Amino acid sequence: MKKRLSTLKRKYQEILSNPIARWTLIGLVMALILIIPILNFQQRAYWVRVIGYTGLYIILGLGLNVVVGLAGLLDLGYVAFYAIGAYTYALLASGHFDLHFSFWLILPIAAFLAGFAGILLGIPVLRMRGDYLAIVTLGFGEIIRMLVTNLTDLTNGSQGLIGIDSPYLFGLELKTSTHFYYMILIFVILVVFFTLRLDHSRIGRSWIAMREDEDAAQMVGVNTTRYKLLAFAVGALIGGLGGAIFAAWQGSIFPDNFNLMVSINVLCLIIIGGMGSIPGVVIGSFALITLPDILREFSDYRLLLFGFLLVVMMIARPEGFIPSQRRRLELHAEEFALPAPADNPTESET
Amino acid sequence: MALLEVNEVHAYYGNIQALKGISIHVEKGEIVTLIGANGAGKTTTLRVISGLIKSSQGSVSLNGEDLSQYQAHEIVNQGVAMVPEGRGIFSKLSVNENLEMGAYSRNDKAGIQEDFEHVFTLFPKLKERRNQIGGTLSGGEQQMLATARALMAQPTLLLMDEPSMGLAPVLVENVFETLVDINSQGTTILLVEQNAHMALQVANRGYVLQTGEIVLDDSAEALRKNEMVQKVYLGID
Repeated sequence: MKKRLSTLKRKYQEILSNPIARWTLIGLVMALILIIPILNFQQRAYWVRVIGYTGLYIILGLGLNVVVGLAGLLDLGYVAFYAIGAYTYALLASGHFDLHFSFWLILPIAAFLAGFAGILLGIPVLRMRGDYLAIVTLGFGEIIRMLVTNLTDLTNGSQGLIGIDSPYLFGLELKTSTHFYYMILIFVILVVFFTLRLDHSRIGRSWIAMREDEDAAQMVGVNTTRYKLLAFAVGALIGGLGGAIFAAWQGSIFPDNFNLMVSINVLCLIIIGGMGSIPGVVIGSFALITLPDILREFSDYRLLLFGFLLVVMMIARPEGFIPSQRRRLELHAEEFALPAPADNPTESET
Repeated sequence: MALLEVNEVHAYYGNIQALKGISIHVEKGEIVTLIGANGAGKTTTLRVISGLIKSSQGSVSLNGEDLSQYQAHEIVNQGVAMVPEGRGIFSKLSVNENLEMGAYSRNDKAGIQEDFEHVFTLFPKLKERRNQIGGTLSGGEQQMLATARALMAQPTLLLMDEPSMGLAPVLVENVFETLVDINSQGTTILLVEQNAHMALQVANRGYVLQTGEIVLDDSAEALRKNEMVQKVYLGID
């Protein structure tokens, strides 16, 4: 069994490390994703919904990955920004206040409001690290959920907001899951591109330095206050974007759509995919959002099996499916042919 | 006027007073060491100078300019770089990237390139490992990297916090030799050390700290001969 596993592991690594095989695989998957909605098969509608939903989580994952993966700020209340984005769209484009602004106008407003909320959350937690930060952000997520539940005049409380307008694109009403499938796909590509650029910029480098050692980062001149707030703002902005798309697609939103499990799921998919890795977020979303849906056949045992898979995964591959280059080097250094340190053997390590 | 002047500095961690009126000065071109036991306030002094903690009283000035008006990330622009305690390298960045981060506040591409060559001459080991991830270096190499990174900022004053910590005796000697090298090329050094023996060999002058106060202040040679220093810090009866 163990041997089998390790051969499997090696095969998997071979495929990943061969550029031709890798790009062929990526190309095939991309092509499949592109044509799924136009294929004619029995469960097409179901798959379009599930994969569209997965795409939404990819967007959320990419946003939270900026905060947690790059800047190293453990945020357990990410759902708050998703909610802010969703409610912004729902309130400005529904019969609730009889406002019917265009989706494309509200989208930047929703993202901006969520980003602003990100900064508001960031200011009080500037000096917190690790578990303390996690607790405060967890509370923040709950506060937003409680607010949308209890500010009944504004949000209609637990009755939710229904009859949310569909977006229009050049006169075409976007209302079917296939429409949203392609819209989400485009947004995923945009956000992937945006976060990739960030990752490789001076900003990304500053975040990584800050994550590794905050004092040392300050000493070389990184304004850690500014970069922390920026990380919160960028992450929140992307979350708000996802929320607005969600509200438009669903057509109705309820406070219960924004519970703690959303934050947990987004965080888990980042960890499963590989902290700080953008392809990892994509794979992690499929593993965490698509897979549990496929497992529906096992009905009652679904979550049990899923939890078991998670545990196995964390033991067998702690760095995630597609780790960022750095984490791979760190956790599996022995598998990479690095020159052995030629130091004095008496040296004591710390 | 001294390059660095620390005047009657008091500092607290919450209610605990860590510094009770520290005054030190460092002249241009010197190596000055702060020695003392754990908790004497050595690291705190460095952290006040570098802006990582604010003093409650007293002043710190570099070349006559008040440093307390700057935030920690602005201090490097004033010409102060620090090699933090426990090295504090960016362990998931490569050696090259760590050095680039050292030059974070600079814009002169040519000058940065020159300094890359310079630190690689100083630490040839780092050149061999330039694409390796910082965290996979050995302890001695990490110390080199932390020092090289600080030099990439072209500091006039280099603050070093316990560079010998956790290193084998052979490597400790290397560390101090490089330190003298760096100093001879014109960088002033303020060195915090528990290894009083080594520190007093390379330094021009020294201060002895005890529970947040300076109890002795003399030339390194005089300190080496001081009875109390010999007994408490050098282990000579």
